[in-house]
This record gives sequence, structure tokens and C-alpha cells, in this order.
Amino acid sequence: MDPGLLAQYVFNGLMLGTIYAIVAVGFSLFFGVLDVIKFSHGDVVTVGAFSAFGAAGLVAAAVTLPGPLALALGLLAALGAGAASGMLIGRVLVLPLKNAPAVNVLLATLMAGTVLREVIRLGVPNGGNPKPFPALLPEGVLAAGSFSVGIDSVIILVAGIAVVVATHLVITRTRLGLAIRAVAQDGEVAQLAGISFSRTVLGTFALGSMLAGLAGLMLGLYYREINFNMGVLLGIIGFACAVVGGLGSLIGPILGGFLFAGIQTGVTVVLPFTSAYKDVVAFAVIILLIGLFPTGLIAEKSSERV
Amino acid sequence: MKMKKSLSALACAALTALTLQPSAGFAKDTVKIAFIGPLTGGNSATGLGGRNSAALAVDLHNAKPDAKYTYELVPFDDECKPNVGVQVATKAASDKSIIAGITHYCSAVAIATVETYNRFGLPVVVWGAVLPEITYGNDFKEIHRVNGTMINEGKMAAEFLTKQGFKTFVVIHDTTDYGKGQNKYFAENLKPQGGDIVATFAVSPDQQDFTAELTKVKELKPDVVFIGGLTPLGVRVRSQMDRLGIPAQLAGVSGIMSAGFIEGAGQAAEGTVSFHNGAPLTKYADGKAFMDAYTKAGYREDPDAYGPFAFSAANLVMDAIDKVGPDRKKVRDVLNTTKGYKALVGEVNFDDHRQNIVSANVYVAQDGKWVYWPDSAYAAGTKKLPGKTAGN
Repeated sequence: MDPGLLAQYVFNGLMLGTIYAIVAVGFSLFFGVLDVIKFSHGDVVTVGAFSAFGAAGLVAAAVTLPGPLALALGLLAALGAGAASGMLIGRVLVLPLKNAPAVNVLLATLMAGTVLREVIRLGVPNGGNPKPFPALLPEGVLAAGSFSVGIDSVIILVAGIAVVVATHLVITRTRLGLAIRAVAQDGEVAQLAGISFSRTVLGTFALGSMLAGLAGLMLGLYYREINFNMGVLLGIIGFACAVVGGLGSLIGPILGGFLFAGIQTGVTVVLPFTSAYKDVVAFAVIILLIGLFPTGLIAEKSSERV
Repeated sequence: MKMKKSLSALACAALTALTLQPSAGFAKDTVKIAFIGPLTGGNSATGLGGRNSAALAVDLHNAKPDAKYTYELVPFDDECKPNVGVQVATKAASDKSIIAGITHYCSAVAIATVETYNRFGLPVVVWGAVLPEITYGNDFKEIHRVNGTMINEGKMAAEFLTKQGFKTFVVIHDTTDYGKGQNKYFAENLKPQGGDIVATFAVSPDQQDFTAELTKVKELKPDVVFIGGLTPLGVRVRSQMDRLGIPAQLAGVSGIMSAGFIEGAGQAAEGTVSFHNGAPLTKYADGKAFMDAYTKAGYREDPDAYGPFAFSAANLVMDAIDKVGPDRKKVRDVLNTTKGYKALVGEVNFDDHRQNIVSANVYVAQDGKWVYWPDSAYAAGTKKLPGKTAGN
């Protein structure tokens, strides 16, 4: 195959993988700290995307902003809305149910996701239609032979990888990270050591949901189009990546994200005319891997079967 | 005491109403016709436009001094869902006071309900669904259709694009009946015209990322990328083509011919070609009169692409009832033999499957609007289609 086209495929895969990884890390964080699955995570991605869209759009209607400022505003809106909805869901749905069976939290958050989705569909003017996302990043295409990639895509990819690294640093190097790890290992002992349980849990929900909000902004910038149900499949893919990589660990979901994207892209390369089945193949591989590695590729230290 | 007073007042009012009603009824009988379409949900813009247009037809007809009957339009919401559609179709068809129906925009709903209308013997005229099987897949005498099918659109697309000098095509279609049908009729008609399909991608209608498929397209270097699907698919493929630097021409069926496509794809929409059964309102002889009456009636929603068809279907049904009276069987027989009927959307001629014979029209996205091809700067030669300037 032409090396330029090969590079193109690799880049497409990396791009998708980064977005999947960021969503998957959120799932893993929540599970690590509270052993819950927060299924509204995909819809928080949508909330982030629409908040950035709304903020950038509203301000652009009033005053003309230079690109970087509008981008900063969109970023703030995405992070803020992500953190706010994550903390709200954590406070109202997850913490009160912490002693209930895990399936209750799963159901409650699944429904919360539907509420978020419908609020966007019904609340945003013409919310049922796809919305064009403003191009806030520099335009332009880098081309070499048959390989061509937008400058904006490169920025998004680099930023995405930086965010994954930053999350790792937050977990391993900060007091919040220490608290999260302590609560994850044993909530009661952590409380005895003077760590506030509910504050740590809410902090984790804020952190994970900020990642989701950011993923929403990245998706908007990359595809230049957002819609109210973009988070549904993404949530399921993110969850699958987290499970196959190892729920509760940080590296596992990242690995899972790139693996899933790699399979999806690979199917289209090897069997181009079966691209309709690429999700089928990718999820089949995930099922197989879950069968082979029930605790994930990289298991949580104190591993539990899920 | 007070209570008694108000009660007697009420009784008085009721009595007056009772005595008044029959006197109005003596003048003209009221005949009910049903309108069924998506009045809520993602396709409600088209549904409400159709309902308003049909209601306008009824009001104009009732206002005629020589009108035989007073018509009443009974609207039903099929939500663009086949199961809901069958429910409301049964409700309308089993109501003996409803003589005929103007039914369905969504193909999946229209195809699911044909048997219901046949079983209950309710003559209907489809006003918006384009799936060929609705009329051609059965021999139910109750089912008629004023708008064209996707066969016309596919044929026109194949003829037009090859005439423009495009030779190689890639088709990206969604895996619903709609997308598959569009693919089938385009491919069938392209071959005799000498066009060559180098690849066909069947994709899910809500797929977001097309970079893998489009990288393959880049390798194949077709002249045209043809979309068999609805607006969201068109928008995504169009904007991702740009990112990957694919210079091919984009063309798609009426499913992408919406304001949403132009809004969604932005600048990149320029020069996209689409094919639609309806002509612009201004091209119809009575188009202006229709638009004036529509505006005067003060409806909140636009008539949308299929409003004129709903208007024409309503008139066709009412004229048939005027002719033979409110009898379902007789009305069906009159509708069956419709030939040379003058309607807003042109002459209506039903073939042996009660399908109106229409030809599709070509549109192009120009300066943020869908423009009728013969009126566009592209046809005049002052602008060149993007697929041509790229040197294909």
C-alpha cells in the first residue's frame, strides 16, 4: 500500500483512539473510586459539546472574538458544564445510592443520560438537527504525497494526548489523586485517615466529567458537527474500552481506546467493502477479549471481576 | 339558588345549540377526510407543512360558493414510526365517517400501512413517501400517490451526472430501506449511461466518523461521491471529505436537499448537486397563488418540500368526492382512473399501479441556498461544479 495512505489510516486511528481513551478513562475513574458504572457519561460528552457550541456561538453573535479567545471560552464552557453535570449526577444520584446494588446506579445514570439528551434535543432551538460547530482552530492542511491532515486535527490529537498524560499526573502526583486512590482502595479506611469520602467522590466525578466535556469539544472541533445523540454510541464504546482495558486502572482504558479504534480502522482497510460491519467486528473482538481476560488487559491492583 | 340559575342557563344554551345545528346541516353535508403524517418528532417540519397545505386546500374548497359538501380535515400523527402509523391508520380507516385519506411522508410508515387501508377499504393518496414498493409492491386499489418515487430520482441522478461528464462513482448509502433503495435505483440506471461504480459503502445512518471509508475513497479517486441517505449523513461526509482533501463532486438524493444540509456543511456545501421530485413553487402555474393563500392563512410553519403535494392530494380527493358522493368504493374507483387532473404540482396521471408519473428535478447548492439547476450560475457556466474544477 502507498505509504501516504497508510499514514492516513494510522492518523485516523490515533485520532479516534484518543477520543475513545479520554471517555474510557472517565468510566474507569468512577468505577475505581466507587465501584459504580455511570452510564450517563456519553451524554455528558454531548453536554460539553453543546455548551462549547452555545458559549462560542452566543458570544460570537454579540462581539467578534479572535479565534484563540473564542476557543478558550468554548473550552471553559465545556469543562465547566462537564464538571457541573458530573457533580450533579454524583451528588443527586450516585452518592445517595452508594449502598444500593450497583445495578440501581447503572439504571439511574442511564436514565439521567436520557434526560440530558432529551433536554438538549428539546431545549436547544432545532435541537433535533445536527449543528455545525464553528471552526475555532487554525485552518489549513498539511499534505505530503497522498497524506493530508488538517492542522486542527494535529492540534486536537496533541492536546488529547496531553490531557491523558495530565490526568495521569493528577492521579499520581496530587493530593486529590492520593485521596482518590485511597478511597478507591478502601473507602472506610480512607475516611479514618481523615479523607472526606463524599468530597473525594464528587472530585472524581468532576474530574472524569471534565474529561467528557473536553471530549465533546474535541469531537465538535474535529467533525465540525454535533448532534444530540452523539454521546450514545460513544458512551458504549468508552465503556467497552474501559472494561476490556481494565476498569479501575488508568492505562488499561487508554489501551482499550486505541485497540478499539485500531480494529475499526483495520476492518475498513483490510475489507473495505464491509465497512458497515466495522462496529460489529470491533465489539465481537471486545467480547472475545473480555472472555480471555475477565479482569481486563491491565487489571486493577485489588481486582474484582465485573 | 345560584347553582340552579346557572344550570338553567346552561340548559337554555344547550337547547339553542341543538335547534340551531340541524338548520346548518340541511344546507350541506359534512364529509370528513383524514390527514396522516409526522406532526411531532424529527420530521415534523415536513409533516406540519403537509398538514397546513392540506388544511388550506380544504378551506379554499369549502369557501367555493358552488361547493357540494363541507369538508372537514381530521389530522392524525404517525410520528414517523411504523407501529404508531398502523395504529392511527386503523383508527382512521375504521371510522366510517372518514371517506378518504391523505397519508404519510415517511416511507417506512407508508409501506407498513398499505394493508390496513386495503383491509378497511379506505382510499388514500400518499403525499410524500418515496419508496417505490408503496405503490409498485402491491396491487391494492386503495393506494394512490401524487409524488414521485426514488426511481425517478435515481434515474435523473444517473442521467444528469453522466451527462456532466462524470465517469467514476463511489456510493455511500445508509442501511435503511431508504438508503438501500436509493443505492439500487441509482446503480441500476447508471450502468446503461456508461458510468462506473468503483465502490459502494453501506453505513449505519448515525455513523459519525467516515475517515476510514473516505481514505479508501481517496485511494480510488472517483469523480463523484454519491450519497444515498438523509441530511446528517450528507453533512458528515461532505465536511470530512474536505478534511481529507478529496476533490470529488458530491451528489445526493432529495434526502440531503434541506436547509439543514447547507447549515451543517457550511461553505463546503457549495456546488453539491441534489435531485428532488418537486419543482420549486415558482415553477408551478399556480405556485404564487398557493404561496399567497398560504401566507394569508397565517400558518406558523413553511409548506416545506412536500406541502404542494399534500395540497394537490387533498384537492384530488375532494374533487373525487364531489363527483360521486361520500362513498368509499365509488371514490376509490374515480381516483383509480385519474388522468390529466390539473393540480398545483402539474398534471396528475395515475399508471396501472395508481402511481403519478413525474420526473425529478435537479438542484444545486449555490451561495447558501438550493437553486433550481436551470436557474443556477453553474448551468449558466459562470460557476463550475467542484468535481470539474478539480480536473476530473
